[in-house]
Amino acid sequence: MRHILVPLYAIIIFLALWELLVWVNEWPNYKMASPSDIWPAFWKFKVLFFQYGWDTLWRTVVGLFIAVLCGVFLGMIMGFSKVLREAIYPLLVGFNAIPKATVVPIIALMFVGQHDLNTVLIAFMISFFPIAVSVSIGLSTLEPEYRDILRSLGASKSLIFWKIALPKTLPEFFGALKVAVTLAFIGTNLMEIVSPHGRGLGALFDSGKTNSDYPLMFAVLIALALLGIALYYVVVVLEKIFAGWAERSTD
Amino acid sequence: MSSYKKKDTIIIKDVTHTYKTETGLLPVIKNLNMSVPENGFTAVVGPSGCGKSTLTKLISGLLQPDEGEVYLSGEKITTPRPTVGMAFQNPVLLEWRSIIKNVMLPLEIVPNKLNSLEKEQRAKQLLSLVGLKGFEEKKPSELSGGMRQRASLCRALVHKPEVLILDEPFGALDAFTREDLWQVMHNLRKEEPFTGILITHDLRESIFLADEVIVLSGRPASKQFFVKVPKSKTPKLESLYTSKSINMLKSLRKQIEIAQSQQEQNK
Repeated sequence: MRHILVPLYAIIIFLALWELLVWVNEWPNYKMASPSDIWPAFWKFKVLFFQYGWDTLWRTVVGLFIAVLCGVFLGMIMGFSKVLREAIYPLLVGFNAIPKATVVPIIALMFVGQHDLNTVLIAFMISFFPIAVSVSIGLSTLEPEYRDILRSLGASKSLIFWKIALPKTLPEFFGALKVAVTLAFIGTNLMEIVSPHGRGLGALFDSGKTNSDYPLMFAVLIALALLGIALYYVVVVLEKIFAGWAERSTD
Repeated sequence: MSSYKKKDTIIIKDVTHTYKTETGLLPVIKNLNMSVPENGFTAVVGPSGCGKSTLTKLISGLLQPDEGEVYLSGEKITTPRPTVGMAFQNPVLLEWRSIIKNVMLPLEIVPNKLNSLEKEQRAKQLLSLVGLKGFEEKKPSELSGGMRQRASLCRALVHKPEVLILDEPFGALDAFTREDLWQVMHNLRKEEPFTGILITHDLRESIFLADEVIVLSGRPASKQFFVKVPKSKTPKLESLYTSKSINMLKSLRKQIEIAQSQQEQNK
């Protein structure tokens, strides 16, 4: 009970302070909307919130899913072959160094009007790097004794991968996935905000801006925060299920 | 000194092995000859970095010698084979598996006719032999270093290997835990006879556990000295403090010093 009530109180206190701040300073809602402005803004557009929220959600998840596939594949290549690691790694670092905000307009132009493809692509591009790096490090730092134990019994390479390398890499993988899920979410919203006549919560945010509906913009922020939290905790639950052993029990 | 017999379980015949490094060739083993009879237990000691671990890889088939041959039960070794069990200084237990599932790992890889219940019984039997009864379902992280090493020994023996290779298995343990595990080794040998090679840096350990101690020369390693150690049926730690044992330790110590200075010169 305590670990539900304590965060709940913290959120209530935070909202109250926010309300108080706006009220004391007598800020108009175009400077800073207060929590009491946000609910009406949400209610007015509730259908759009759910439709666009769904768009944002599935685009993020699909982008992340592709990032996991590509990231794990690249990570495996780099983890198992030193030569390929030396070849791919600088390219990856260089690609990752480009701020994705600058890639957004390029992709938006490249596939103009294809909002789903654009958005999924950016979500993928921004989030696969930490996954690739963590998997490759997890695999390449596998102590040789682990391999020798199985190899000396005549186990094949794929058996060693499934029995030892893969499970041993899972904690690192989930650590990276927690970072990646947040990044993918940022990527989705970047594209949705920039893409003209698009859908998704980012587009709703943008229409709030063009229509000077500031409470709507704040309501989108809150919706994004809730969605982001939900996505993050889905990863946490998956981590508990698949890599819970890495957590040392304290008793 | 090819004094091996055809029926010895482990035979190492004129083995030479060289590593290729960036600075050139590094010969680690040169013209090594040794053998271990069936159910014998031989300790190999020598200066640090003299090629002892390479020797374990050659016997387990993880490495092929450049020259010479390694035979296990009369068969020449060219690839790894499931009739070998290994334990290292690092117990390398799989942290996501329970202790019993760790012990059962080789049975998942080595072809065998046991059903899952028999596999479990086999693992349980070994675990209770080493004093880990009741810890079957614990995770490795819940066990002490000595207990983990016991579990690692069980894993090395669970598939009844012809040959057990121990590469400094007790090197990272404190002195008292180590002495406990020496007794565990004697129990295991009595209940589960195996042919074994023990790589160690501990001379007391070598004469307490093994029937024969071989001193390797400095790199490139070859057999420099050996001594047979007569064993009583119930070895006691006190036996290490008899004058006979102490003299044996002294002569081994002297041989190690010779090997060390030789290795220094070859650098």
